[in-house]
Amino acid sequence: MAMLQRLRTRNFIPPADAGVSPLCVTGLSVAYHRQLALRDVSWAAPTGGLVAVVGPNGAGKSTFLKAVLGLVPALAGTVEVYGRPLAQQRGLIGYVPQRESVDWDFPVNALDVVTMGRYGMIGWGRRITGAHKRAGMAALDRVGMADYARRQIGQLSGGQQQRVFLARALAQEARLYFMDEPLAGVDAATEQTILAVLRELEAEGRTVICVHHDLQTVAATFDHVLMLNRTLVAAGPVATTLTDANLRLAYGQRASGLSLLS
Amino acid sequence: MILPDTQTFLSVDLPAMLAALFACLSCALVGNFLVLRRQSLMGDAISHAVLPGIVAGFLVAGTRDTLPMLTGALVAAVSAGLLIELVRRLGKVEAGAAMGVVFTSLFALGVILIEQGPARQVDLDADCVLYGQLEGILWFGPAGWSSLLDPGTWASLPRQVVQLATVFAFCLAIVLIFLKELTLVSFDPALADTLGLRSALVQHGIVALAALCAIAAFEAVGSILVIAMLICPAATARLLCDRMPAQIALSLLAGAITAIGGYMLGAFGPMLVGFDHSVGAAGSIATLSGLILALAILFAPRYGVLARRRLARATAPALA
Amino acid sequence: MMEGLPFAAMGHNTAMVLAGTTALGIAAGTVGCFMVLRRRALVSDALSHATLPGIVIAFLVGLALGVEGRSLPLLLLGAAISGALAVAAIQAITRWTRLPEDAAIGAVLSCFFGIGVVLLSVVQALPAANAAGLKGFIFGQTAAMRSGEAATLAVLALAALAGVALFFKELRLLAFDEGFARAAGWPTGRFDLGLMALVTLVTVAGLQTVGLVLIIALLITPAAAARFWTDRLGIMLLVAGLIGGLSGGIGALLSARFQNLPAGAIIVLVAACFFMASLFFAPARGLLARTLRRARLRASLGAAR
Repeated sequence: MAMLQRLRTRNFIPPADAGVSPLCVTGLSVAYHRQLALRDVSWAAPTGGLVAVVGPNGAGKSTFLKAVLGLVPALAGTVEVYGRPLAQQRGLIGYVPQRESVDWDFPVNALDVVTMGRYGMIGWGRRITGAHKRAGMAALDRVGMADYARRQIGQLSGGQQQRVFLARALAQEARLYFMDEPLAGVDAATEQTILAVLRELEAEGRTVICVHHDLQTVAATFDHVLMLNRTLVAAGPVATTLTDANLRLAYGQRASGLSLLS
Repeated sequence: MILPDTQTFLSVDLPAMLAALFACLSCALVGNFLVLRRQSLMGDAISHAVLPGIVAGFLVAGTRDTLPMLTGALVAAVSAGLLIELVRRLGKVEAGAAMGVVFTSLFALGVILIEQGPARQVDLDADCVLYGQLEGILWFGPAGWSSLLDPGTWASLPRQVVQLATVFAFCLAIVLIFLKELTLVSFDPALADTLGLRSALVQHGIVALAALCAIAAFEAVGSILVIAMLICPAATARLLCDRMPAQIALSLLAGAITAIGGYMLGAFGPMLVGFDHSVGAAGSIATLSGLILALAILFAPRYGVLARRRLARATAPALA
Repeated sequence: MMEGLPFAAMGHNTAMVLAGTTALGIAAGTVGCFMVLRRRALVSDALSHATLPGIVIAFLVGLALGVEGRSLPLLLLGAAISGALAVAAIQAITRWTRLPEDAAIGAVLSCFFGIGVVLLSVVQALPAANAAGLKGFIFGQTAAMRSGEAATLAVLALAALAGVALFFKELRLLAFDEGFARAAGWPTGRFDLGLMALVTLVTVAGLQTVGLVLIIALLITPAAAARFWTDRLGIMLLVAGLIGGLSGGIGALLSARFQNLPAGAIIVLVAACFFMASLFFAPARGLLARTLRRARLRASLGAAR
């Protein structure tokens, strides 16, 4: 159908040596009520690899993600995915939101939710074929939830729900992933599973941008970090960016002991 | 106890039941998406908001034909939906308050229009709007049960029944073709947006579809029944199943049972208790839909109140 | 409906109506604030529709007791009882099932009203009954208000206002953070009951004046309008009461002055005008003010570069 053809000429990925960043944000500002939640953030994501977005509470980390994805309106700024406007590159993007935003009583099971990730590929008005369902099962299997495929989502535990959301993003087969605190409040088994999946994605050359809640574990998991406190404090490889000075700027005096270079 | 003779049944009751059946099925079907999206009261808002549209249609056309009034109603309903959305977004007003402000103001406008000039002379009967006119749907085609097998008889089916059947067929087609899109937007509009499906457009579409079903049904069954049928069958199904296909199917089943059962109860029930008049079908169908919902609330196998109590008591000793 | 009268010729009856509708407006505006803040604006919708079966049953009871059919206190009592039952049903459904609150409200609304319709058609078929007045509850009968009724209205409205004033602290706690209050041990269930009693009081008072559908408007619109003017509850209550009272008064005057303007409807439209004006022009949270603020923020971004 014409829709699918349009989908193919969209979702453009330039060759790797062209040096185009998967995500390029310029001058992004977001206003909440009477204040700026985010001021003038400009940043280019590294190609491939895991990026942690950190900052104190209220720093605008989730807002940053949502503004980039167009889920909240931006006051100013542009967002480009692989050099093109976001709207044309939707097929390349995957999003794992925070858990609370969903109605857990909804009449869908885990497989239904994961398959939703493939609707962009299936096309509007068309049937879900067996191939897509199998891809959904494969994604569930990757997060260790294959046995729960037919469970209604409200019957899953917190960690299991998080894994289903992750599987949905995997089913999208995106190049650029956005995750909002994927490791927050999950049990140890889920945490291991999610970390393993993140490493697999990195090995596949995809880029993952995660809002991460726990400074202590950033260095062990992520290669790059983006430090926000309503504006860009610092960004770059974890080793060189997570310094005392930057931590003080982002968090204030208390956090400086966590730096790698102390 | 006097039962109606076959001819009366075929000419009066059967077409009324068919009209009620299709009206209820359409509302039950579209109502699923309103209930799942926590917009159950949209039906109530629409039923009140259409009043100025109906009166305006009459004033503009100058006749009591149904088409201008139905068109006016549709325009009013869609405008109401847009206005509510506008008030919500521009004013950052919460959904219930936005609905309340918009539909009551439109209703007030309608009440005032009714009192002006030409509308005042003609009796735009408030009763009709509320309870519909199922009794007025007559079918002179059939002459005995066997005539129903003859396609020629069906050619003379009353206009309202044909209209309602068409609307139901249309809604069913839309829901079947776009089930996954409707489910996606109802479940996670943010994902829909990131996938490129404009959830706002689909949401307006759902409201427009609900308005279409409601307005098509008003003439036959009135606004109270429409509100009840947009909510109760879907709510009943919600308590009985865990997947979308089952949800749709169960709500249609509940809608059908309510329509036929409610009509029978209203038309023939009073005679069983020696009461001479029949009770309006619209009211009895609405009451039955509430009764069925109440039964589901109490007795649903997994999500009913009694089932939950049993489960709580069964697990309590294990926790002790 | 009343004929149009020049202001000078308006007499005692108009003054009565004016007093009654203004009192109702103030009470509805004030009490409605708590409903709007608690995101339960449409419970008033269910409440007002659910009064129908109570009214009809009260009418039947009155007939059986030999009382005059349109005995106002009796009908209002019936309305209050079935309204209270409806609210209880909504709470029960919301708490004990997976159904969301709006589905509970809508189901209760339509089913209670459906039962009322069934009962009404029974009543109309009874040879002895004169059910003419019952219909008036749907569209309201302000013009026919007798001075005794206006006095009843004023008393009910004052009672509602007194309730709000007396329990202001508790209601404020309930409105802003019910979870916190319950965890801290406050009897939020009882406060809730109290609030619903106040709303029922105002609804039942308003049924006679502006009718079933339009009392909902008075409970929601002035409160929603007041929200645009302030972030503080006390001020919001005052502004809502003011807007409600003004709507009631101006509406009644317009209805008396001009022909063919039913009072209930015009009161609601006046309130709606206040709402639209507040939405656009209120300095605290109005659209114009917010747009200007965003423009200023955007300009400050540019200047800082």
